[in-house]
Amino acid sequence: MNPVGFPILTAVTFLPLVGAIALLFIPRVQEEFLKRAALAISLVEFAVSLPLFIFFDEGVAGMQFVERVPWIPEWGVHYVVGIDGISLFLILLTTFLTVLCILSSWRAVERMVKEYMIAFLILETGMIGVLGALDLVLFYVFWEITLIPMYLIIGIWGGPRRIYAAVKFFLYTMAGSVLMLVAILALYFLNGKATGEYTFDLLKLYQASLPIKTQYLMFAAFAVAFAIKVPMFPFHTWLPDAHVEAPTAGSVILAGILLKLGTYGFIRFAVPLFPVAAFKAIPIISVLALIGIIYGALVSMMQADLKKLVAFSSVSHLGFVMLGMFAFNAQGVQGSVYQMLNHGVSTGALFLIVGMIYERRHTRMIADFGGLAKVMPVFATFFMVVTLSSIALPGTNGFVGEFLILLGTFKANPVYGVFGATGVILAAVYMLWMFQRVMFGAVTHKENRQLKDLNLREIVTLIPIVVMIVWMGVYPKFFFKKMELSVQHFLYDIKARYEVVVPPPPGAEPPLDRKDEGADQKLVNTKE
Amino acid sequence: MEIFQIQFSTADLLVIAPELVLSGFALVILLMSVFARSERRGFLGYTALVGVVAAFISLYWGIGQETSAFSGMVRIDPFSLFFKALMTVIAFLTILASLDYAKREGIGFGEYYVLILFATVGMMVMASGVNLLIIFLGLEVMSISIYVLAGIMRDDTRSVEAAFKYFLLGAFASAFLLYGIALTYASTGTLDLGGIGTVLAEQAWIRGLPILITGLALLMVGFGFKIALVPFHMWTPDVYEGAPTSITAFMATGVKAAGFAAFVRVFFYALPALQPYWTEIMWILAVATMTVGNIIALSQTNIKRMLAYSSIAHAGYILVAFVAGNDLGRSSILFYLLAYCFMNIGAFTVVILLGKKGEEHTLISDYAGLGFHHPLLAVAMAIFMFSLAGVPPTAGFMAKFYVFSAAVKANYYWLAVIGVLNSAVAAYYYLRVLIYMYFREPEKELAIGGFSPAAVLAVIISVWGVLHIGILPSTFLALAQRSIRFLL
Repeated sequence: MNPVGFPILTAVTFLPLVGAIALLFIPRVQEEFLKRAALAISLVEFAVSLPLFIFFDEGVAGMQFVERVPWIPEWGVHYVVGIDGISLFLILLTTFLTVLCILSSWRAVERMVKEYMIAFLILETGMIGVLGALDLVLFYVFWEITLIPMYLIIGIWGGPRRIYAAVKFFLYTMAGSVLMLVAILALYFLNGKATGEYTFDLLKLYQASLPIKTQYLMFAAFAVAFAIKVPMFPFHTWLPDAHVEAPTAGSVILAGILLKLGTYGFIRFAVPLFPVAAFKAIPIISVLALIGIIYGALVSMMQADLKKLVAFSSVSHLGFVMLGMFAFNAQGVQGSVYQMLNHGVSTGALFLIVGMIYERRHTRMIADFGGLAKVMPVFATFFMVVTLSSIALPGTNGFVGEFLILLGTFKANPVYGVFGATGVILAAVYMLWMFQRVMFGAVTHKENRQLKDLNLREIVTLIPIVVMIVWMGVYPKFFFKKMELSVQHFLYDIKARYEVVVPPPPGAEPPLDRKDEGADQKLVNTKE
Repeated sequence: MEIFQIQFSTADLLVIAPELVLSGFALVILLMSVFARSERRGFLGYTALVGVVAAFISLYWGIGQETSAFSGMVRIDPFSLFFKALMTVIAFLTILASLDYAKREGIGFGEYYVLILFATVGMMVMASGVNLLIIFLGLEVMSISIYVLAGIMRDDTRSVEAAFKYFLLGAFASAFLLYGIALTYASTGTLDLGGIGTVLAEQAWIRGLPILITGLALLMVGFGFKIALVPFHMWTPDVYEGAPTSITAFMATGVKAAGFAAFVRVFFYALPALQPYWTEIMWILAVATMTVGNIIALSQTNIKRMLAYSSIAHAGYILVAFVAGNDLGRSSILFYLLAYCFMNIGAFTVVILLGKKGEEHTLISDYAGLGFHHPLLAVAMAIFMFSLAGVPPTAGFMAKFYVFSAAVKANYYWLAVIGVLNSAVAAYYYLRVLIYMYFREPEKELAIGGFSPAAVLAVIISVWGVLHIGILPSTFLALAQRSIRFLL
């Protein structure tokens, strides 16, 4: 049951698809109308997704808004969707960013507007589907569906090397996920043989007890699929290509949501399904995350192309997310989830900003700019705020996330924490240096003197982001209180199941640093 | 060996009603084409369509039946019913796609449709035969019709070459099959599939008999040729490329389905006792077929050749289910063939629609910019390509999912892993079609030779099939599972 008495999650998932089908019937010549219709659909979608937040019960750790309908009963596949405090925010981020993406494409997309808008709306359905799915087959189907529109967005509306980038994106992700498919099937049958119930239901499979060696293999299969998506070093090579070639809105969605599907995959699937393997994998994942943080930052520093710089900074930021998650303590995981949202907001905004400047100058080379602050003061202000958020200045959202991640990491393993912290410094270096070269100093290129400042549409696009940056930076409790219990539940659950196999040394901390005694009871309750 | 006494009753005739209907219509069309003036030959195709629909309706009688006829030569059971229905669907779509194409290419005379109908009869006999000789008979009826159809464009050297090549190699393969039948007969003393099964189950000593094992191997070669398994696939690309496109679609789906029907029936019904012998060989064949098919397809520039290699690879995926051999595996073969029929005929029909007389536009680069000029056709092609690549929410995904789940269930993890990696490789060449359609500007204006409503209908039906099976597969799954139950 859900509090609104209406299958709201399904509505949120499929509304964009319905919208996309509606767009099919609008003649392609009416481009302005198509854009407005798409914007309207995305706005309605955002509005429809808000009740998820309003009616979300923060006192429940498990899944909410659960819907369950048989889909392919022959295989034990159900249409099961539900959200907890982690997926809630990612869904909201999706509906939020989609609106901004469509706004930002107003002038950037000149040909095949209809197809573009349809692709974007289908993509939205796919992403929300991934975030809501609680059945492995349903999840996999949505996971693959997201590939198609993104592939087309990069390939049709992208830059000069778009074909290469689109194919690379598709094949990398597909190659990673097919192995996950085998693992899903293996899990299904092993669990079925053990319990007699053949199901792909995620919540039931959480309880599956598997031999340790099998867990390792399956975790590896899931982890590779997600690591490619995140992307973690050394699976990141598709990302710069995809980002650089994708149109602005494509980059925003790619950075904002699609990469999060990888980290979300870890937190929802790979880790809780195979907790023992996940704990054993802490060193590997953490070290790879650290390499990603430092390598991504160093490579960013050397980029001459603004978009590439932002792309590599994503590798670095996503390294933080993974590092925090695999600290497996409350601070680390909360910071990790928070940082997913931050990265969506800030890096999404950075791509928007790069897009805006590209629309004016048709170049993204840092060397082609300089002194823009004088020419475009409004632009400069927005750019500054977003830059500061990206380098995690206190008072912005980035600070909260990175601080918690580092806190959690230091608690779990100080060595990782020390290396992780260098990433924060490096981020300041490459972002501020870039900002200085682009915005400050004298105007060295005469083309830049005539640049127009932001227009109303662009300001409207950026204002919500700035609001979020400040809001999330100043009053994070508003967000944390909804996700806190879900994160604790996640930790409690995986630790308890890990410790069944590997008992903790005597005198070790209890699985959870709890504030109140009743938490135990609260955590095992799930609300359907 | 007792002398066959061929006696039959009207009940027997009902068992083969669809075959009779099709044969009857084929003869009528043959006569009509003699007497009809050449400009009025258009309706021959429509008559053939009516025949196929009538055959489909006559299947209704067989629902729920499980009887043998003609002294136990053929059987009507859910399995044969499924395949007969599938073959009528294939024939229906093929004829729809052919109506205008055949006229355009100047091959629309009566024999074209007659041979399609006869080939369909052969396929049905293969699916319903429970006697090795009857299966062989069906196979020959089908093959000979297809040999002719492949070469029906008499003025086109490639078509003639295709027919000749197919005939020569096919004759060899038939000989292998026949020899395999002979050796099986020699060691078990019966041609009846059920009888062979009983003999093998009861007389343990016979199972290791070299003669029987040789027979088994020869049977594999014979069937392997028809369904184009590596290393018996050499004919496929040339024949698929040279044959008229509609016939290529027919071969890639119909012949393959019939081959698999007989293959499944013989191996799971008559020879399950030999499973340990054939499973390992099949394992190797499956891996070789998937991998070779996909890797060679990567470098093809002609879409018909590409689809030919892709059809080889798809036979490999089906063979994965064959190796798994469990209940899931067997029903997934049926399900896969059904899904494959829609996506493959659909893709070939798009190829047909994009050609015109003398200019077939079969290079993948001819499709450049299709997404801009013919958006709907391009969307249909994209759906077929995604389905062939196994991307949800299409039939191809569900079919692959089913096949690989069978392999995983039977603990053939490596086979499943090789299979899924193969489908990742395959995505590359299917995507290439999309790249040309959507990401490239057209190099030259694609001149399409007239609009064909019938072929468009075939595309629409195929799209419907692909999406329905992909999104709500339950009905079709239940159907496949019901149809295979008698073998379990």
